[in-house]
Amino acid sequence: MAYNTDVRKVYSDQLEDLKSQGIFKEERAICAPQDSEIEVEFPIGSEKKKVINMCANNYLGLSSHPEVVKAAHDGLDVRGYGMSSVRFICGTQDIHKELERKLTEFLGTEDTILFPSCMDANAGVFEAVLTDQDVMIADRLVHASIIDGMRLCKAQNDSFKHSDMAHLEEKLQLHQNKRLRMIITDGAFSMDGDLAKLDKIVELAEKYNAMVFIDDSHASGYIGRTGRGTQEHCGVFGKIDIITTTLGKALGGASGGCVSGRKEIVEMCRQKARPYLFSNTVAPVIVEGALRVLDIISRSTERRDKLEENSKFWRKGLTDAGFIIKEGETAIVPVMLFNAKLSQDVARDLYAEGIYAVGFFFPVVPKGQARIRTQLSAAHERHHLEKALAAFVKVGKKYDILGKTKQEIIDKYGM
Amino acid sequence: MASIKDTVLQYVKNEYLETDDDREITCDTPLISGGIVDSFSMVSLKVFLETKYNIQIPDAKASPEAFDSVNNIVNLLKEFNVQE
Repeated sequence: MAYNTDVRKVYSDQLEDLKSQGIFKEERAICAPQDSEIEVEFPIGSEKKKVINMCANNYLGLSSHPEVVKAAHDGLDVRGYGMSSVRFICGTQDIHKELERKLTEFLGTEDTILFPSCMDANAGVFEAVLTDQDVMIADRLVHASIIDGMRLCKAQNDSFKHSDMAHLEEKLQLHQNKRLRMIITDGAFSMDGDLAKLDKIVELAEKYNAMVFIDDSHASGYIGRTGRGTQEHCGVFGKIDIITTTLGKALGGASGGCVSGRKEIVEMCRQKARPYLFSNTVAPVIVEGALRVLDIISRSTERRDKLEENSKFWRKGLTDAGFIIKEGETAIVPVMLFNAKLSQDVARDLYAEGIYAVGFFFPVVPKGQARIRTQLSAAHERHHLEKALAAFVKVGKKYDILGKTKQEIIDKYGM
Repeated sequence: MASIKDTVLQYVKNEYLETDDDREITCDTPLISGGIVDSFSMVSLKVFLETKYNIQIPDAKASPEAFDSVNNIVNLLKEFNVQE
């Protein structure tokens, strides 16, 4: 079939539909390295505007750190630009093995395998280690990439209410007849900014003979006293069977991810995980950058300590101003607005005030739970946060939502 | 003994509403199109029905439409000769 007018209409109608529903995504062009202050073109081609960035996953402020950039440059010089190969043909360099060893040490596991992204790690891991005799029991708020990975796996899937340990226990009891049980959760939840109750989960896993899987992408590098993630924070370091995480957030922000955990599981991924087998090796530049990131954060906890202070200041500032936020311990602070259009209007007005933050609504979050997700960084200085807070208060006053309850906001703006 | 409708309704409430969720669910409430049950967590409902009523629901029959309300589910169960 040629790409004729009828075919074109199939797609243009769907795209128009997204626009009319107000859920058409538009990119903004950032004309600078990633940082707490950036120059942005929005819409692309319009005049550049200097804004404070409150929506990057640049938790430790290492995305453009001079030491990381230099290490990446050096990597380019000594190991080249690309490998033109998957890992197992001719794409594994000494530095890939070194990074896997360093990640294993950092995460307190037995072995690690790199993937092009954590999305790929999640897409590949379940199918590689579980069969139709097994069951995967996932928290209902896990990341979309985990859901995609579970869909590619033949094991039965089931779910439990978000962080509801009694519900998880019921499901573990229900599935005692399976060969293997795997409890699946995010470490830090990306939309709510809370942490999994990993201590309880590990306890249940031991009681009901289940493996524990966590995706710690939004926690690795800064959660826990030395930044080793949710497992460190919850006192179960070394007890998690499978950890997936990303190099694309706190750990340098470029790209790349991994599966880290029990050595047999990692070896199964090397033999069977399709995104590992059929996509290119992580570029040497990124590997060298990531190695330097691990050096920096192993040397000192200064950056994660500053991020923790920033997060506390921001949470307190918003709460004192009368906003409703989701409680949590992470650098992800959702400001609850409940109504989808209100979240878009507030984000637009914040942008006019020089604050870059994004509104999220259904289907990214449940209906009636629209929000602005703010994210802190160690690159934020106090003056950035004070300015951002002043802008939030100004916009909050305009919409008369400060000090209002959830019901009052819903009564005024609808679900 | 509780009717099939009540049993399914009770299961849906317990299984899908969070403790702080104040939404009301009736037999007509759209579950999937209404954003209460997503297509991912719909699986637990299917497993519950199969276990409770000792039936096998083929994937082709377990469509989002067939599971979109308690009434739809009760109608689906009738196809499998599930009796009160």
